[in-house]
Amino acid sequence: MIDLLAALVAPFREIAGAPTFFVEVLLGGIFAGLLYSLVALGFVLIFKASGVFNFAQGVMVLFAALTLVGLMERGAPVMLALVLTMAVMVALAFAIEKLVLRPLVNQEYIILFMATIGLNFFLEGFGEMVWGANVKRLDVGIPDRSFMLKGVQINQLELTAAITAAVLVTVLAVFFQRTRIGRALRAVADDHEAALSIGIPLKTIWVVVWSVSGLVALVAGVMWGAKSGVQFSLSLIALKALPVLILGGFTSVPGAIAGGLIIGVGEKVAEVYWGPLVGGAIENWFAYVLALGFLLIRPQGLFGEKIIERV
Amino acid sequence: MIYREAGQFKTTYAADQAIFPILQDRVLVTLGLVAAFLLPPLLASEYWLQAVLIPFMIYALAALGLNLLTGYAGQLSLGTGGFMAVGAYAAYKIATSFPGLNILLVFALAGLVSAGVGLLFGIPSLRIKGFYLAVATLAAQFFLIWLFNKVAWFVNYAPSGTITAPPRTVFGVMVTGPLATAPVRYVVVLGVAVLLALVAKNLVRGRVGRSWMAIRDRDIAAEIIGIRPLPTKLLAFAISSFYCGVAGAEFVFLYLGSAETTAFDITLSFLVLFMVIIGGLGSILGSFLGAAFIVLVPIFLTNAPHLLHLSLPVALQKQIELMVFGALIIFFLIVEPHGLARLWQISKEKLRLWPFPH
Amino acid sequence: MTATAGSAPLLQVDDISVRFGALLALNRVSLSVPRGEIAAIIGPNGAGKTTLLNCISGFYQPSEGRIAFAGRDRTRLSPPDVAALGIARTFQNVALFRGMSVLDNIMTGRILKMRGNFLLDALWWGPARRQELAHRAFVERIIDFLEIQAIRKSPAGLLPYGLQKRVELARALAAEPQLLLLDEPMAGMNVEEKEDMCRFILDVNSEFGTTIALIEHDMGVVMDICDHVVVLDYGRKIADGTPEHVRKDQAVLDAYLGVAHHD
Repeated sequence: MIDLLAALVAPFREIAGAPTFFVEVLLGGIFAGLLYSLVALGFVLIFKASGVFNFAQGVMVLFAALTLVGLMERGAPVMLALVLTMAVMVALAFAIEKLVLRPLVNQEYIILFMATIGLNFFLEGFGEMVWGANVKRLDVGIPDRSFMLKGVQINQLELTAAITAAVLVTVLAVFFQRTRIGRALRAVADDHEAALSIGIPLKTIWVVVWSVSGLVALVAGVMWGAKSGVQFSLSLIALKALPVLILGGFTSVPGAIAGGLIIGVGEKVAEVYWGPLVGGAIENWFAYVLALGFLLIRPQGLFGEKIIERV
Repeated sequence: MIYREAGQFKTTYAADQAIFPILQDRVLVTLGLVAAFLLPPLLASEYWLQAVLIPFMIYALAALGLNLLTGYAGQLSLGTGGFMAVGAYAAYKIATSFPGLNILLVFALAGLVSAGVGLLFGIPSLRIKGFYLAVATLAAQFFLIWLFNKVAWFVNYAPSGTITAPPRTVFGVMVTGPLATAPVRYVVVLGVAVLLALVAKNLVRGRVGRSWMAIRDRDIAAEIIGIRPLPTKLLAFAISSFYCGVAGAEFVFLYLGSAETTAFDITLSFLVLFMVIIGGLGSILGSFLGAAFIVLVPIFLTNAPHLLHLSLPVALQKQIELMVFGALIIFFLIVEPHGLARLWQISKEKLRLWPFPH
Repeated sequence: MTATAGSAPLLQVDDISVRFGALLALNRVSLSVPRGEIAAIIGPNGAGKTTLLNCISGFYQPSEGRIAFAGRDRTRLSPPDVAALGIARTFQNVALFRGMSVLDNIMTGRILKMRGNFLLDALWWGPARRQELAHRAFVERIIDFLEIQAIRKSPAGLLPYGLQKRVELARALAAEPQLLLLDEPMAGMNVEEKEDMCRFILDVNSEFGTTIALIEHDMGVVMDICDHVVVLDYGRKIADGTPEHVRKDQAVLDAYLGVAHHD
């Protein structure tokens, strides 16, 4: 029993004993967390605007990254490739609106969710078919070198990515809170039919939202792809985003950020310090169990709105 | 004309509440069952039994389990793979620890273990609903797979990390292991599936099924009527996990022969969910239809190019399969969100009127 | 239809208040419903009528006050416990189980009377089967009583509104309640449907002795069938008495009924 307690406490001593290493682990966690936040942000945007939980978000990240790499492999310079990929994501948004969302506009949300699962599989197969299944290297011109800052090793690529993500997230947060379009989007999320009946152009809004979501997916894809190569495990990130959404609430942009960071850091720290106690790979389930724990205490997540049920 | 119910009056409530109130249905189902038990073992090729019929029955059982939880009780679950894994590993441990135990009993016990685990992971369902509950089940899925990977006791410390079904006999006939023939294994999975489908049907047409559907449709009104949500939901989790556990045990013992945890990963959970969606949520028949569909589509895709005189590389075939699955799900949800079972019902309605248009 | 002298009221509500954040939905409301009575709760929209019913059902917990049923305090009970005491209700926005047939909806109403062992249920054998058939027979009597035989196998979600309300009433009756709470049972009905509903409510009260409390906007109905009327306005009770008395009460006229008619 004492051994068990000692084993659980030991990691804290480890942390205290090597603070610079701990900071590096933290930074790694923050980087991963930002990535999760970006993916979660894509979910939140779509959910806020259309009430749909887009399960295919992860695959959209992958698809965006694949398209970018594919174009660059065929000789397009980075900037052009980015623009073209953006165009592809917008086209994808149009197609999804026309073929999936519009026919299902009056169905219950669970049906829409399941349709996005179908979309997920479709895009996975399609992406693989068009661009090939092997891991690809993504080089956006930012060197993957590290420099030292006060004894802590910081990676230049990760830093750039983190800053980009932070900027993007702030812009989106402001957009939703302050602008007229942001308000319209929130109205749409509440009730499609009502929004339609007061003249909000549902179709346009959906295309806009899914395109923006595609852009977010692209940034996330670039970040992740540049770091670890573009491969199919990217689509599993969607599943990881779920605990982030639980923590942060499904409709809160700041929540997605906070949730992502908590999960990212929590996961990394748990894996590095407590993982060896139980043979490692805690990362596989830690996020979900953490989210589960939160849910039991606060069923609406950290930032979510309390659900008031009426009879 | 043939399918008319004219002249069939039910004079007791018992007759009205029978599973197949229409005489033609009873006849057809009886004939169908007899055919199902006799024809494939005698006539079907090894390929058809091993690649189609046996997995179909096993998947149907898993789909049935998931349908009870998600379709009837309305609790979305993405942990089916994990619960099947519990059944498989429990069966393995029980079978290897008690070699004299009848394998069918082993399956039942494995199902019970799975039911217990399902019960545990169902506890959050009182506080958590909808998508949030799906996350709780994901926690179950990932945690259970990790557990079976890490704890070598589950695989009896085999260095390969795989579990292999030990040979067992029932009434002197080899049922599991390398010597068990496909027809024998088919009859066993068929028998189990039919039995458990009957049990499921009995449950859903009575008090239990009604309380599940009440919670699914309007949980607050259900509570005000007197249905207690937690016991109702826990029962759904337990029974659903029992079915998935038995299916998981059969998966290894009667189909694959041996397996690793990768056989039970999140992909399996989604596959079974697709079967339930395409087949029809809230329908016993739908679970079977959905399973048949999911089993047959890859077979069709594998063979269609040959029939069309095209030859496709394996990777491309897999990709097209994924695309077709995805597209079909979307298609079904648009055209008939209630799945193949509803299409079947509509066809039957039309058949009652045939050859008249209305 | 009058209460037997000397018995405690079936439902006694004392000074209950309900708060939603800063909003005081009910402000020290008291009322008492004797056994066997048909009582009406009326008032303008937003007065707190449904909130009052939700409190009695156990769905909301009052922040102050006490609710007693058949003489015993039951303020803190959860909805299933309240149902077990013998209180059944219908809802303002019909809350039928849309995925089930009419028959199944009503059978679900009977759930508290069903002693269950799921293992026997699974086998559809012996006591489980007999019980199911016995309950079916009882439910059929209710179906006959409310004249809905023709739609018993229809999916509840596809019925017209008036019939849905009737099915909801049937479901509440299936529980053999002592107290029946009806939230706007006649909303959206035409004259004939209302007359049918009134007839059913009166029959339920006289044949089964069920005490009834209903929320209603149609004053004609209230005058015709109710023994006792309680008027709420902005969460407070402003009148309590017989229909004739309440109809002439000045506070009620000002808040709800409008200018008095000379008749």
